Amino acid sequence: MKIDPRWAGFLVMVALGLLLMFGLPQVLDLFGLVQMTVFVAMAMFALSQGFLWGYGGIMSFGQAAFFGLGGYAYAIAVINLGDSTLPVVIAVAVPVVFAALLGYFMFYGRISDAYIGVITLTVSVILFELVNSTSGDAYHIGAAQLGGFNGIPGVPPLNMPGDSSSPLDPGQMWYAAVGSLIMVYIVLRAILASRFGRVVVAIRENETRAMLIGYDPRFYKLLTFMIAAGVAGLAGCLFTNWGGFISPTVFSLTMSAQVIIFVLVGGLGTLLGPMIGAVGIEYLITIAGSQHLVDANLGLGIVLVAFVLLVPQGVVPLIRDKVLPFAKLVPRQSKPIPTGAEVPR
Amino acid sequence: MTSGTLLEVRGATMRFGGVTAVDTVDLTLREVELRCLIGPNGAGKSTFFKMLTGQLVPSSGTIQFRGKDITGSNPHEIARLGVGIKTQVPNVFNGLSVRENVFIGAARRKSIKHARQIVSETLSRLQLDSIADRIVGQLAHGQRQWVEIATVLAQEPDLILLDEPAAGMNHAEVLRTAELIREINRTQALVVVEHDMQFIRMIASTVTVFNQGRVLMEDDVGHVLADQRVRDVYLGKQAA
Amino acid sequence: MDLVGLLAFNVVAGIATLVLITLGLGVIYGMMRVINLAHGEFMMLGAYTAVTAVDAGINIWVAMLVLPPVLVGLIGLLLERTLIRFLYGRIIDTMLATWGVSLGLIGLTTTIFGNMVRAVPVPVGGFAIGRYGASLFSLVIIAAAIAGLVGMLALLRLTKFGLILRATMQNPNMAAALGVSPPTIYMATFALGSALAGLAGGVLAPVSGISPSMGAAYISRAFITVLGGGPAIITGTGLASSLFGTINSLVSFETTPVIGDVALLAAAILMIRLLPQGITGRFLRRSL
Repeated sequence: MKIDPRWAGFLVMVALGLLLMFGLPQVLDLFGLVQMTVFVAMAMFALSQGFLWGYGGIMSFGQAAFFGLGGYAYAIAVINLGDSTLPVVIAVAVPVVFAALLGYFMFYGRISDAYIGVITLTVSVILFELVNSTSGDAYHIGAAQLGGFNGIPGVPPLNMPGDSSSPLDPGQMWYAAVGSLIMVYIVLRAILASRFGRVVVAIRENETRAMLIGYDPRFYKLLTFMIAAGVAGLAGCLFTNWGGFISPTVFSLTMSAQVIIFVLVGGLGTLLGPMIGAVGIEYLITIAGSQHLVDANLGLGIVLVAFVLLVPQGVVPLIRDKVLPFAKLVPRQSKPIPTGAEVPR
Repeated sequence: MTSGTLLEVRGATMRFGGVTAVDTVDLTLREVELRCLIGPNGAGKSTFFKMLTGQLVPSSGTIQFRGKDITGSNPHEIARLGVGIKTQVPNVFNGLSVRENVFIGAARRKSIKHARQIVSETLSRLQLDSIADRIVGQLAHGQRQWVEIATVLAQEPDLILLDEPAAGMNHAEVLRTAELIREINRTQALVVVEHDMQFIRMIASTVTVFNQGRVLMEDDVGHVLADQRVRDVYLGKQAA
Repeated sequence: MDLVGLLAFNVVAGIATLVLITLGLGVIYGMMRVINLAHGEFMMLGAYTAVTAVDAGINIWVAMLVLPPVLVGLIGLLLERTLIRFLYGRIIDTMLATWGVSLGLIGLTTTIFGNMVRAVPVPVGGFAIGRYGASLFSLVIIAAAIAGLVGMLALLRLTKFGLILRATMQNPNMAAALGVSPPTIYMATFALGSALAGLAGGVLAPVSGISPSMGAAYISRAFITVLGGGPAIITGTGLASSLFGTINSLVSFETTPVIGDVALLAAAILMIRLLPQGITGRFLRRSL
């Protein structure tokens, strides 16, 4: 029996994920494992951007807005509620609702791709300013002090569902994080394989044709935007859990730029690429940070410019389309995806 | 069913700034009718076509599809009523395979299984089986036209609007297109915009002639082609 | 009554600030459909030029009004030649590349000048509106904004270069057929827009905390104003600045500047639903 190569790829990916999930704790010490846990959170964040940009063709320059909203929503909810079960749901729901509102105005206003980039960027900048300005006792939601620039320290970690007396230790947190990442990956794959996902990709390819067939692109884009926001929110929740701490820097432009770089470097139009990009670049940042070789912003800036100019399709598609077919391992799949609207000149 | 009115346009007018591209056009199409719209460049055919598809909203006038007012509806709303549209510039999903293109056309509000069946029928009907798994963006212009027609047919629409279907095709492809249009017309209504008289002759039907944004005449193909005014229009003389 | 006077003065100053920080972005976007995400950092470079020049003992007016546009204009020119020109027509890619430039400039400035906040002294004093004191420096900002708008209008309307610019914007192929070189025009436009950003940074230096990351404080307002203005650069910038500047100043006065920015964003998001093409996309289409 012949197995569809895409199916095979999917199964290999899930198997690899499970292998890492159970294998890494055997080879890494606790410190290394905790370090890897934040990489997993960033990989999930990269999936959000990669899904939105690579498959939906929607370019958000402010995906950190949803990451930050998820993180803050979790922190505020768990401080007020104690048990972490509902706060995780809230961490996904708040960004989704926010994306629904924002997306309604953007997509139903039919603004151009560039304007969507600008609006999302602006939203994240203003959220940063807003949360940054909440210093002082006056700013609190229930029992949670927002803390302005200093953020919220001492956020309780996840606990066993429904049992707030048994918080997860760092080792268990690893399993929770990788488990969530694998789950999100499976859900996104399922969405892409469904009719909905195919229409989303079709709209990216040709919005007019999709509309002439009877699909409403505004609706599909809005839903894609909301799904990506939910994934970013869950990533933000994991990120907050990792440090037990959240501050306005989660909304910063550097955060949004980083996730775009993860996707750009890893590869547009794949789910694997963004995850590899996230882990690889986070690892490099960790090394560079401990060496104080270059300023992080300078490094990110150079990587961003270099990839846009030289390897716009990213590393994973480059290997898949150029290197592997050359070695006759897999058939050549798709052409690189155009990153934006062509402008007549 | 066959005798009812499918499409009814009354007084459709489109003004761009000071230019009236389409001027109070009336048009009635019966169920399962084949109608050709012809006229020289700039006669207002394509503008009129875009009003039917919802890509342009008429400045005034009404358009009804089976008695339902669709004036100013969005293209996707018009498509959902059972109108399939092939535009002049090939509008296809360049990054997807031929099969995926046709699937997207078939899959709206149908089960995946049913959609797959329609896809395989449509592919063999249009002899696209051999290129079914090719990426559309890599195909020749004429082949992409066929893919678009296949996508439209897979929608199973009751009315098909074709804007210059033969443009960019070689002679053999033009013959096949004409044959296909006649075949489609056994069960479905069509409006074909074309300026190629040879092609019109091949599909022989009722013809509406546009000139300067108005309907010059409407008759069967033989009469139209024999008409002196139509010849004048095509030769560049302006009809009185 | 005094309060109304003060408020009116502040609103006008707010509008002028918005015009100043938007004009350079608007020129580049309007002419070339390039969204320059490094706009805030170009302003930051203008401010650093001013503060460095003042520290070196150069006359403050020269340091504020002359050196920043010249220097940042040259930097813009350099970037256009080495980077931007390869990406014309790829709107998202230009945004990504200019964002890379933005991050790089922040990093570079941090490496050179450190992460501390610096300041330029305010060169003029205050005056009284009834019982309230107002800054004379706001008049400098208003004058610079008016000079910027009128200067651009005169350039586009009255000069041969302006005519060529408008022709290239309308139809680059036709302009090329008439012997104009569109790449040269784009290069000049990008340098001009950069110079305007530098000027904004220089003029606003005395009222800003000058640090590598200061650009972020301005870009959200500048982007919203360009979006709101629509395709006509001068009219759009003027009208959108008036509308958003009024909202921003009044809300900021009642609450805090941050809430003022939130109000600005809310107004802009409402507006893209009602006027997706901006003010001049719907009205006054033939204006510049």
